[in-house]
Amino acid sequence: MSVFRVLVRRELSAFFQGPTGFIIVAAVLFLIGLGFVVVLSGLNDQATPMPVTQVFYSTYFFWVILLLIAPIITMRSFSMERASGTYETLMTAPVGDWQVVLSKFAGALIFYAILWVPLLVCSVVVRFYVGESAVLGFGSLVTSALGILLVGCLYMSMGCFASALTRNQAVAAVSGFAMGAALFFTGFFSFFADDRSDWISQLARHVSLANHMESFSRGMIDLGAVIFFLSFTALFLYLTHKVVESRRWK
Amino acid sequence: MIDVQNLTKRYGQHVALDGVSFSVNCGEVVGFLGPNGAGKSTTMRILTTFMAATSGTARVGGDCVFENPMRVRERLGYMPENNPLPPDLRVGDYLKFRAQLKRLANGDSAQRIAGVMEQCGVADVASRFIGQLSRGYRQRVGMADALLAKPELIVLDEPTAGLDPNQIRSVRKLIRDLAGGHTVLISSHILSEIEMTCDRVIVLHEGRLLASGALEELMAKTDAKVIAEVRASLADAKEWAAKLALGQAECTEQPGGFVRCRFANASSIDAREKIFASANERGWLLRELMRQAPSLEDLFVSLTCGKGSGE
Repeated sequence: MSVFRVLVRRELSAFFQGPTGFIIVAAVLFLIGLGFVVVLSGLNDQATPMPVTQVFYSTYFFWVILLLIAPIITMRSFSMERASGTYETLMTAPVGDWQVVLSKFAGALIFYAILWVPLLVCSVVVRFYVGESAVLGFGSLVTSALGILLVGCLYMSMGCFASALTRNQAVAAVSGFAMGAALFFTGFFSFFADDRSDWISQLARHVSLANHMESFSRGMIDLGAVIFFLSFTALFLYLTHKVVESRRWK
Repeated sequence: MIDVQNLTKRYGQHVALDGVSFSVNCGEVVGFLGPNGAGKSTTMRILTTFMAATSGTARVGGDCVFENPMRVRERLGYMPENNPLPPDLRVGDYLKFRAQLKRLANGDSAQRIAGVMEQCGVADVASRFIGQLSRGYRQRVGMADALLAKPELIVLDEPTAGLDPNQIRSVRKLIRDLAGGHTVLISSHILSEIEMTCDRVIVLHEGRLLASGALEELMAKTDAKVIAEVRASLADAKEWAAKLALGQAECTEQPGGFVRCRFANASSIDAREKIFASANERGWLLRELMRQAPSLEDLFVSLTCGKGSGE
């Protein structure tokens, strides 16, 4: 397992060796702060029965951050190594394909998790001033964090897959964004589905990320959503592994 | 150490390797010789388990590179073409990272890293970023990485490409020092490069194995050129060159009344004595007489067209 740890550490250090990681952190910090200001000024104007965590997801800031930043985090994972050629020295070291795939995924996921730490700080600040546990319960905070992490798993695995397909980082970012946006907007069909029960409406409800996140932000752990995120993550990691393995196909 | 049978690699329609078979013994230093696109890098990538061959088998130390890649990687030190390195790491950190990947025990690794840095002459740049290093230093960092785990087999793809003469000399010395303790496979498209470092050469051309053996043996089959400059008129010199019957001769006038004759096919028997005696007989002044070592081009011509085809 120590090789895996070495690889994850290398992935993380690559973010912070150059300016890339800091620029991403700064951009996300700005968007989170802006989003929170919007949410709070909304709360000041009128009373709302929703917890703050849920209000935050119903603003666009969360989804903008997710859709735009996720492909930028993952674009370099495989593409850069392939473009610079270090992929060859990596893959001829005694390291397994799965170790490489999982370490790149884990590195991206940890970096993604770091990005959301400011949100936690914002929440604590709000909690401190409001002092009302109904507005921001400990439970809903934990489930929101779990939801953010799970949706991150899905988007990081998707981005790794996009990055494994090409040696061009820009192509990796754009195709990763396209896949992520396609999945996100497919969920919009559930708005039209209302309470219809045909299979398309059911499917639309099932892939709707907004629906899944809503239940997490209310302090519930929706098992269906957990399985949805984890199974798609596993699928994309499997596909990434296949792409990595494909160079050794006859 | 290496046993390759009928190795073939196709990229779509393009055949990069076509039924190549060879073997390398333990402790040998073997050079892959061939022009760009001959299949040298492809063979190395298959041997280092980076990619699979379309057909044929390759074994390193008895383990098949396709079925048992991990076992092969554990006994391998590889420096790919163009020596790719991450520019954002310091030399010492990079070697430490590689040592951890290669599972060097923590206690030994610091000592081993210091050892290879000393051996490859990069100890003085240990704390500098790889991206800031000169090409020669980077090449030696790549070599240090290849040597790190004391591998049984060291594969270096064009280790001297893009280096200046001094750097080439130090890399050559390094490779020669490795002989005996390790099996070394290097590739080059420069004949003299291989000549100075390798016990044996494997000549590849358009994906096929042209020849394999000691370089002297191969060169013996190749005709050396002899160049002679005599003071005579062009017509006389041409007539003289034809009479000497040393194959096709090319005569060009030089300033100062000299004619430069280039005998393309001076055969394996040294023709220089014959030329000297003959010029002396005619009383001509001979100011230069030189045997020109065959180039890679000549070797290829003789290997592809058979002996004695000249230029």
